[in-house]
Amino acid sequence: MFHTPLRALSKLSAARFASTLVVAEHAGQKLTGGTLSAITAASKIGGDITVLVSGSNTAAIAQEAAAVQGVKAVLHADSAQYDHAIAEEVTNLVAAVQAASSFSHILAPSSNISKNFVPRLGATLDVAPLTDVLAVVDETTFQRPMYAGNAIATVTSSDAVKLMTIRPTGFEKAAATGGSASVSAAPTAAPANLTKFVSEETSSSDRPDLASARVVVSGGRGMKSGENFAMLNTLADKLKGAVGASRAAVDAGFVPNELQVGQTGKVVAPELYIAVGISGAIQHLAGMKDSKTIVAINKDGEAPIFQVSDYGLVDDLFKVVPELTEKI
Amino acid sequence: MKVLVAVKRVVDYAVKVRVTPTGVDLNNVKMSMNPFCEIAVEESIRLKEQKLATEVIAVSIGPKQAQETLRTALAMGCDRGIHIETDMRLDQDLQPLAVAKLLAKIVEEEKPEIVVLGKQSIDSDACQTGGFLAGLLNYPQATFASKLTIADKKATVTRETDAGVETLECPLPAVLTADLRLNQPRYATLPNIMKAKKKPIATKSIADLGVDVTPRITTVKVENPATRKAGILVPDVDTLVEKLKNEASVI
Repeated sequence: MFHTPLRALSKLSAARFASTLVVAEHAGQKLTGGTLSAITAASKIGGDITVLVSGSNTAAIAQEAAAVQGVKAVLHADSAQYDHAIAEEVTNLVAAVQAASSFSHILAPSSNISKNFVPRLGATLDVAPLTDVLAVVDETTFQRPMYAGNAIATVTSSDAVKLMTIRPTGFEKAAATGGSASVSAAPTAAPANLTKFVSEETSSSDRPDLASARVVVSGGRGMKSGENFAMLNTLADKLKGAVGASRAAVDAGFVPNELQVGQTGKVVAPELYIAVGISGAIQHLAGMKDSKTIVAINKDGEAPIFQVSDYGLVDDLFKVVPELTEKI
Repeated sequence: MKVLVAVKRVVDYAVKVRVTPTGVDLNNVKMSMNPFCEIAVEESIRLKEQKLATEVIAVSIGPKQAQETLRTALAMGCDRGIHIETDMRLDQDLQPLAVAKLLAKIVEEEKPEIVVLGKQSIDSDACQTGGFLAGLLNYPQATFASKLTIADKKATVTRETDAGVETLECPLPAVLTADLRLNQPRYATLPNIMKAKKKPIATKSIADLGVDVTPRITTVKVENPATRKAGILVPDVDTLVEKLKNEASVI
């Protein structure tokens, strides 16, 4: 009979001592949707939320973070040292912030950036991070996927600092307005100067960001060539959606790697996911099976994609996709 | 130049795993080398074929059967193996931090100029060991590599990022983790499999290396993900559009 009030009490005292640092991501202009989801995850842990914004010319992004609902403080490291998010440099920065403020939790949105620096930070702090947290049970207990999302593990961390990456599709985005956090300069960190950025190649597109699009149209090996992806671009544009791809389509050179959806690519959970010419291997399903509505278009009626689709159409995609584009 | 490559024995990528409350059932399940580790092995051997590497050492941590994984690496072209034996479950109990600390000990002994790992193992999906190891050793790191060039004691690495690719340059020694598109791993030929049986594998225990491998993360329970409700097949595009508009209300 004592259990309920005791648990409530311990939760209350825990919430009072929790303090979370969210390491923000941005593409030079604004916070990513993943960062807003990580802020929501932080609010579920309880306690004050501080957001760290780094990179040159990021004053506007720091202000944007200060306006996000639930954010108490923003730390701003306005330095070219943090451009390109080199793991060694970001690790030193977050370690310096942690040395100054002793947060109980450090969160970053799941992405190639965080998967690059978070383990290194774990080594520096001697803590074991959790990758791709899907749900916060309490301040030490979390859920994360294993085996390409085919098993969901509930885990507890015994480390003094809980370091984790947050799967954006597991949490709603925090409201972009309503907050009034103070912005102050982050502690400075010594440059690591181990790794030098040389160059980058990114494909610019006017379409919405794949990870946060409301609609995703993905193509697989069945598309046969890169040129045929034009068909999916047209359909995606009509639905104001993003274009994704299976590993087979990327490996075949139809589209660049950043469009890959799956266990080792991006994880998406749009309102509508249209899989075109994708068989539905375990590794692809890992990246899209939490979508609200899944449509599969494939000429092979036995393709495993039909086991997760809400609406399946067994037909030739070269006939169906133009017709669908026209009729939507 | 010595190369150290870490390989892990995991449930084969094509297996549909069976979930039990304490963890995925590993009894009588086909096990293989983690696909990303195969890519790491292939890249290491290519460094030798380019005459950049003089010796490639494969290391694996796991039960007795991890020796089979090492034999596979040796059959692909590695020169010798190091097996760190443990009975801990590799998907949840022996965790990346502990693995990285064990590997760091091997790096201190062997002093390789480059350590190559896969970017993640397909069982625990943690994506951490390479970054941990680089952090513990204070080596530069290049993760998610899709292209590697080594010249003048420097590695130039193209990495897959969220928005495309980027190229980094770092001095050796360094830690590299392999993405899918780094290379196409070769198949071991029968003669090479036979030759691999004669290559040496040194066995060590965790106690020999003096590393505390106590899990920092405890698995409370493991569950199946939520199942989706069964879908329907539609006969034509008109029905599909109608369902998306009126039933799912997504367009």
